[in-house]
Amino acid sequence: MEKIPILRMGAFLLVTIQVDLYDRLALTLETDLINMVHKTGARGVLIDISAVSIVDSFMGRILGNIASMTRVLDAETVVVGMQPAVAITLIELGLSLSGVYTALDVERGMSLLQTKLGPNDELTDDDDDADDTE
Amino acid sequence: MATTISELLKKNKAQLLDTWIQKQLASESLRDDLMTNDELRAQSEELVNALANIITESNINQVDSTDFDEIFEILSAVSLSRARQGFSPRETGLYIFGLKEAILDLLQDKLADNPTQLFTEVRKINRLLDSFSVVTFETFIKGREEVIFRQTEEITDISTPVIQIWDGILALPIIGTLDSARTQVVMESLLQKIVDTGSSIAILDISGVPAVDSLVAQHLMKTVSATRLMGADCIISGIRPEIAQTVVHLGIDLSNIITKASLASALKHAFSMHKLIVKQGGTDKTIR
Repeated sequence: MEKIPILRMGAFLLVTIQVDLYDRLALTLETDLINMVHKTGARGVLIDISAVSIVDSFMGRILGNIASMTRVLDAETVVVGMQPAVAITLIELGLSLSGVYTALDVERGMSLLQTKLGPNDELTDDDDDADDTE
Repeated sequence: MATTISELLKKNKAQLLDTWIQKQLASESLRDDLMTNDELRAQSEELVNALANIITESNINQVDSTDFDEIFEILSAVSLSRARQGFSPRETGLYIFGLKEAILDLLQDKLADNPTQLFTEVRKINRLLDSFSVVTFETFIKGREEVIFRQTEEITDISTPVIQIWDGILALPIIGTLDSARTQVVMESLLQKIVDTGSSIAILDISGVPAVDSLVAQHLMKTVSATRLMGADCIISGIRPEIAQTVVHLGIDLSNIITKASLASALKHAFSMHKLIVKQGGTDKTIR
């Protein structure tokens, strides 16, 4: 059976979905991902859906579920690279994925995760509005 | 044996055309500002020729016969082009009624000695040309509708431009009321531009939106949510005091959306989100 690979990058997990998700595949991904988060103690999950062109309400819900589940395990989820058509479809379906962080591409998603979770090993201030030094 | 109407038409084509052109030139509905006499003549000639060629004793009684398809095509083309050129329905109608007049004149002229035949032929030709007029009107209206539809589309496109006002910052001034169709256009063009330019902040400026009701607010929220799903932040700017009042009175919750009174302050906010600082040249003064 087809599986979506989950890559480990330091404290983060990287999932790149290269095929259109059908229901079973999405469910397997959910289970695998949560197990992986638990096993590795990852602090962040980055899901790249730039290659996904078809969504339904089920997939929208799975994304929301993954975010909620990882949060329970103290990890943040960032969804990156959503296609305009996919975004419009999700909005029209009434799924605004609140609780899921989003970014334009993998690079920005990574830096978002780093600012969200990396105050312990980074010197940057994690509060955007606080530093206004000239 | 009296001559048949189809033969009459074929034989007197030239005379018929002349009479018709005379009538058109004399008529007050002539629009020489929109169409030259030569064009008018060519158009009329084509129609008269087609009519004279096609008409026979058998099909004159069957107005829905496929024989007349060619004439209907010519009529549709004439009336569509007239609709686009800005002729009024009356002027277009009189054009085809003029042909009927001309034919009736011809019949009266040729069949004056046989009133019974004249009457039957007139009835036949009347029915035929009435159906021509109906087609002309139908296509004329269709032509006008096409014009209106195209204009509506153009207005929608023109009134929702997405502008890149800084690296990574887009602005979208919305002019006119947001309805579902326009929200769709706004969303599509905005999201596509976000992908194309890799922008992370979008400013929706609603200074040009005359009124915000709950439906418009819902459409705005949709756009904001879609932008957020793409991974960009959305700022709504240009909120006039009366709009702020209506929004609060309607009980619409905009608290999780960044809102600013003017496009300028939205831009300032976007700069601070990008950690950009604007400096006045020559001094150390920083503008915030």
